[in-house]
Parts: sequence; structure tokens; C-alpha cells
Amino acid sequence: MKYALFLGCTIPARARNYELSARKVAEKLGIELVDIERFMCCGFPIKAGDIDSSELLAAYNLCLAQERGLDICALCSSCTSALAEVAHHLSLDERRREQINERLSAVGLEYKSSPRVRHFARVLFEEVGDEKIKVHLQKDLSDLKIASHYGCHYLKPSEVHDHFDDVEDPNSLDALVALTGAEIVDYPLKKKCCGGPVLPVDENVALSVTKEKLESLRDAGADALCLVCPFCSVMYDGNQKSIESEYDTSFKLPALYLTQILGLAMGFGRKELGLNMNVVKTKKLTAKIGL
Amino acid sequence: MGTIDLDQGDPDFVKELAGQSGGQIRACFTCRTCVASCPISAINREFNPAKIIRMALYGLKEEILKSAFIWLCTTCYACQERCPQGVSITDFMTHLKNMAIKEGHAPPGIRAQLKLVKGEGRIYPIDDFDNKKRNKAGLPPLPTSCDAIKELFL
Ligand code: SF4
Ligand code: SF4
Repeated sequence: MKYALFLGCTIPARARNYELSARKVAEKLGIELVDIERFMCCGFPIKAGDIDSSELLAAYNLCLAQERGLDICALCSSCTSALAEVAHHLSLDERRREQINERLSAVGLEYKSSPRVRHFARVLFEEVGDEKIKVHLQKDLSDLKIASHYGCHYLKPSEVHDHFDDVEDPNSLDALVALTGAEIVDYPLKKKCCGGPVLPVDENVALSVTKEKLESLRDAGADALCLVCPFCSVMYDGNQKSIESEYDTSFKLPALYLTQILGLAMGFGRKELGLNMNVVKTKKLTAKIGL
Repeated sequence: MGTIDLDQGDPDFVKELAGQSGGQIRACFTCRTCVASCPISAINREFNPAKIIRMALYGLKEEILKSAFIWLCTTCYACQERCPQGVSITDFMTHLKNMAIKEGHAPPGIRAQLKLVKGEGRIYPIDDFDNKKRNKAGLPPLPTSCDAIKELFL
């Protein structure tokens, strides 16, 4: 199994714990991730400002993978969605494809057909599969209660992700976490957005969306939250302390990436998975499993 | 979002929107499923996607494009996935934002992001310090500059 690894902007600069743990997990499972130096921003961050330019950036990145005959595996949900959406759009719209190709010729690229675009978690869920993952799990996480945050762009718009999971009753992340033996926690606000995209516009609105969900997780008794997107992590991990002080409340809920959770079950150490880089402390959590 | 003043309507606005994806807003029958699904409406009653659609259908272009509320949409797609009439509400919201920025209305954060990505190719350009930290963590280095972006956006 071989993929071009699409890191995007946020992960290599701000979420090295995610990148580190994903590379470890991929290596263990025999997924070859190829780095393409020329990849740029996926286009998602400028979609609200300039949709044409955002599509051009996505098409540029798709072309670089297509040139090498590789499908794309992305770690960020927004990157996955932005690239998959443009691939979907261009497969249906020949005129738009021509316009894009005119622009891409400036950098010597031509969009012919799109590579497949997959989120890392989807690759684990659909392609690697339970049996192959279980072979590599050494540590039992049954003392942990873990809830998953699916977020938005990991699943939606559902047609660009081939409806691979049920938007109204998603299960792929819970199924992967369950392989570790951890107890799966369901909670009323499971499907809600993290609020992240509004952060640069209105911090209060963004943080109160995040706060609602943290309350729902606390009430459900989760020990930790499982994430698959660095934007969501900015909200639940990076901003958790400011939410606590703003609303005079306490959560202390470790927010781990799926790859850190799987990595723990695979027997990797805290540092190998970048757990020391998580903002909300994870020591008490890992002490429960003897680390 | 106060009361709607129909006298300010711009009939061409709906036509402008109809050419874009997310423009099938005429199909909306005001069931408010989108409002019930929206994480922003849940905490801020002022934000109401069904009402924004009504306003657009009435041609209230200036009022929408100048508003602060269109920027509160997180693009979560909860509304779009559930709309019984198949209105691409999230895409519609994105087009409104695109139109607003062209008319000179946009929050500074959004403007800054646009400038950064079109200039540097990344929202967080990589510098030597980042690569040092990457190296320490055992991660491969990344390029600290991007030529292609300049050629793409000449
Ligand atoms: S869900 Fe669709 S039909 Fe119902 S109010 Fe919203 S846009 Fe209109
Ligand atoms: S996409 Fe925007 S309007 Fe629709 S539910 Fe999400 S935040 Fe509300």
C-alpha cells in the first residue's frame, strides 16, 4: 500500500505530534507514505475568500500526485475534503478543467484525471482493515473510556467522500478505537462541529461552540477525546485552557489524535507519539495503562 | 438580522447566485431543518440560514454582503446534508462570502489568510526554526520557500 502523504499547512508547523504518530502507525502497518516536497496549501483556508484560487491550489496538488501515479492520503480532514471536492468537481465539469489547465500550464502541469483522495483514518478503516491492525496491537487499552469527534470535513460533503461512513450515525472512528480494547463513549453532541473555522472571525462564538461539546463529553464521562483533524485539535486541545478560564469551568480532557491512540496500543512510547507536545496533559491518562 | 426591508431588493442578485453552485435556493420551502441543524444558530439566534436564503430571494444583496453574520458559517455542511430540497446551503454561504470580499467587505482575519496563502503557498510558512524542530522530532525537512505559487498567481 503506497500513498503520497499530504501534510497541508497546519500539521508540519503546528501538529507535529499528529505527523509523528501517523508516520509511526503507517510504518508499523506497512503503509508506504511518499513525501512530495512541492505540495502547497490544499486551498481550503482561502475558499471563503476566493473559491477559484482555492480550486487552483487543490488541482495543483492533485496533479503532483497524479504525475507520480500515486493516490493521496491526507491527515487533515479539511485538506482531504478540499482536495476530494475539487477532484469530484473537475471530473464533472470539462470547461472548468480547461480553465484550470490553462492556469496550471504556468507551472508545467496538466490535470488529466484525479488520484483518489483519502483521509488516513479512512485508509485504516477501509483498506487496512481490522484484522491487519489487530495483529500489531500489543497493549490493551480497556481501562480507558474514549469518545470520538468526527468533525465535519472528514465525512462531508458526503458525496465527495463516496458516503463511506454514515454522516448521521458515523462509526468508522469508534470502530478503529474499539480495536484497542478501549471502552467507546457515546455522547449527545457527537456530530457537532468544533467551531474552529469561525475562530479568525469571532472568537467568542467559536469558543462557545467548542465549550458545548466539551460539556457533553464531560457529562458522558470520557477520559479522552479521539481526533482526526489538526483544526479540531486547535479547538479542543489548544484552546481548552482558555475556554476553562473564560467560562470558569474545568474539563482537563486529553485530546489525542487517532494515531496516538492506536500508537499507544501498538506499544510505542509517549515521546515516540509526540504525547509530550499535546497541550492538555496526558500523563494521568497514560498512567492508567502503565506509561 | 432585524426586519426585512423589501424596498431595497436587487432583482439581479438571485440571477447572479443562480449561476453558481449552491444557487438552487429557489427550491427552499422554509422548513427550517437547516436552522435546527446549525451549530451557530444553536448559540446565536441572530444567525439563521433559512432567513439568509429568504433575504437573498428578496434580492437584499447589500444587506447580506455587508453583514457580519455570513462569516459566522463554519462550513460544517450539517444543513446541506439534511436539506430535504437539496439546496447546497453551505456552498451558497461560501459564494456569499466570495461576493462580499469582492465588494470589499471581509473580516481582517480572512483577508490576511488569503494574502498569506496566495503569497507564500501556506498559512504557516516553514522557516529554518520549524525545520530544526522537525529534525529534532525525527521528521523530514520541508522547503522554506515556494516558487510555484508566484507563477500560479502572477
Ligand atoms: S433545510 Fe432546505 S428547504 Fe428547509 S429551510 Fe433550509 S434551505 Fe430551505
Ligand atoms: S454550514 Fe454554515 S449555515 Fe450550514 S449548518 Fe453549518 S454553520 Fe450553519
